[in-house]
Amino acid sequence: MSPILFYLFAALTVCFGIAVVANRNPVASALCLVVSFLGLAALFVGLDAYFIAVIQVLVYAGAVMVLFLFIIMLLDLKAETRRKPNLPAYVGGGLVALAFIAQLWLVLERYSAAHQPFPTMWASEGKSIDDVTNVGTTLFSVHNLPFQVIGVLILVATIGVVVLSKRELK
Amino acid sequence: MDYLYSTDFLFLVGTSLAKTIFLIFLVVLPMVSYTVYAERRVSALIQDRVGPNRTGFPLSLIGGKDWSPFLGGLGQPIADAVKFLLKEDFVPAHVNKFYFWIAPTLSMMPAIVTLAVIPFGSTILGVPMVVANINVGVLFMFAISSVSVYGIVLAGWSSNSKYPFLGGIRSTSQMISYELGMGLSAVPVLLIAGSTSLPQIVEYQIHNGWMMLPYSNGHLGWGKTLLWIPIIISFVTFTISMFAETNRLPFDLPESETELVAGYHTEYSSMKFALFFLGEYTAMIAGSALIVVLYLGGYHVPGIPNGDAQGGIPILRHVPGLIWGIVNITAFFAKVAALLFVFIWVRWTLPRFRYDQLMKLGWLYIFEIALVNIFLTAGILACTH
Amino acid sequence: MAYVVPRPNLTWKEKIYLPSIVAGLAITIKHLKRMLKGETKVVMQYPEEKWDAHMPEHYRGAPTLVKDEHDRERCVACQLCEFICPPRAITITPEEIPAESKFAKVEKRPKEFEIDMIRCIYCGLCEEVCPEQAIFLRKDYAITGTTRAEMKHDKAKLYELGGVMKGLVHKWNPKK
Repeated sequence: MSPILFYLFAALTVCFGIAVVANRNPVASALCLVVSFLGLAALFVGLDAYFIAVIQVLVYAGAVMVLFLFIIMLLDLKAETRRKPNLPAYVGGGLVALAFIAQLWLVLERYSAAHQPFPTMWASEGKSIDDVTNVGTTLFSVHNLPFQVIGVLILVATIGVVVLSKRELK
Repeated sequence: MDYLYSTDFLFLVGTSLAKTIFLIFLVVLPMVSYTVYAERRVSALIQDRVGPNRTGFPLSLIGGKDWSPFLGGLGQPIADAVKFLLKEDFVPAHVNKFYFWIAPTLSMMPAIVTLAVIPFGSTILGVPMVVANINVGVLFMFAISSVSVYGIVLAGWSSNSKYPFLGGIRSTSQMISYELGMGLSAVPVLLIAGSTSLPQIVEYQIHNGWMMLPYSNGHLGWGKTLLWIPIIISFVTFTISMFAETNRLPFDLPESETELVAGYHTEYSSMKFALFFLGEYTAMIAGSALIVVLYLGGYHVPGIPNGDAQGGIPILRHVPGLIWGIVNITAFFAKVAALLFVFIWVRWTLPRFRYDQLMKLGWLYIFEIALVNIFLTAGILACTH
Repeated sequence: MAYVVPRPNLTWKEKIYLPSIVAGLAITIKHLKRMLKGETKVVMQYPEEKWDAHMPEHYRGAPTLVKDEHDRERCVACQLCEFICPPRAITITPEEIPAESKFAKVEKRPKEFEIDMIRCIYCGLCEEVCPEQAIFLRKDYAITGTTRAEMKHDKAKLYELGGVMKGLVHKWNPKK
């Protein structure tokens, strides 16, 4: 991926991520989060991970955020009124963010793959990277057990939701 | 970085642009406007009426009416467009302006973007006729069409009025429900073709017969005949989900006139309304194109060679490939047009579902049938291979 | 007493709903085919085909003024039609007939006679009220114009539309 495109989409992702927090209107926040997800998907495309990018859009932007928006609209949340700035909370939040960035920096410094240059999109022209197959084989061979466990977990959650909603109806 | 300045890259950019312009401005947008015209004419013919038969070429009363009672009115889409442009663009005072403006574009754009991965022809002068050949084409279609729900939701919410709001809510829940069914319905095709790339699915169908016509390559086989059963089930559930996903009758609850005035676009007028309209019909074309690619062999016609003059009946290979490339594109859009006719035909036959029936159909039937169908397909594939 | 509506027991075929969809599609395509073959009778294509030949005698079209067989204006400017006209579409300016005229005996005639066709509701009251049988509703129904002034029928236009009519009223005719 061209560095220009990378910085463009990275800036898009980060800016709209900040906008999610800064916006007073919940609907605007949710939509900013959608744009942020789309930027993230573009970054995945830049890494030739088309499958992950498409799933990012399909699941997060297309389904999860639509439901979020749905709920926000149904609850008819009004824009937050401007409160007096709570200084300790601001400082605390900033510190947590800084600590996280520092931690990330330290980890990535020691991780050898992080020092390699970006894989270029055009270099893969000609040879096809079938990342769907890659993800599939990895999931069902190396990570088979965790995958099955997650499957059971989600099934349990689904049954739990059904039971809870049935009980409420009575 | 060198690649960015090479002639290969410029060639890629140039051909992609040419393909995009051809696809959107020369094929899809005219097709959209004439689908609207076809909608009106076919509905009229089905209901024993005549339909718009006046606006001919030149744009006058004379038209084509005298020489053929069924070809007059071909200028109607142009008249419609002029009308949309000249009407007052009214924005009610109570709307949320920013989202009210952005919603029509958000419903139009995803529909156009999905067209990027559709292989609408084989090759012309060696250039493959698909704008973006990515290996997750099917998923890309689903992902982008799932984004198109934002336009409708925002239109319903920002209009700040009860009918659009109800329409928007209905549309959201309907699209989320049927997306699952649609995705799962398509899985058997992906299993059989062994790929999620749309050009490769078409390639598979050229060599092994169309999904819906397994003997079209001239070879009989038990495995194929067995696989026909899940494919037909998958085709039916996929088509039903596609109707629901594009908000077509019998699933047009988001804009049901009898109870919601016009649903999410009640407050819209002029070109903003036209954008919703165009978005809906573009989505219909994209959906039909996906059905053609997945089940009806894409651009392939049995016996006709591809754009490199390969395959097909040997004697036809002497004709230059360029001609066959054009024939392939024509075949593809002919298939799409035939499917659009079916869309219209169904619309003017079936009454609207009730909302609980719609949800029940989506969650209790389509979803389950599609799920079982995947196992059936996998079983048959495991047994026959 | 509560009445329980018996629910029909659907057969398996009716439950999956698809056969009835196919049946419905067959019906609609049959209509479409018949239309394409021209077997269905459709409505009249108006500007090209007209219904004029089938119009009954009593058709109430545009109101017009008529002259009698001696080329005399039948209207004597009594203004009864102007008073009865429900939408007040008629405006009459009467004048005296000069003494040297052949019809001096009649005394009055309309100097101007205007019917505003935008206002006219084609009720026919003017025709009924006219003691001289001077105003008749004729068969013209497509009264169009691009300006309001054009839609106001003046005396000349009304006589042009009305023409000559031999009537029952002979009181003004010269004695034989």
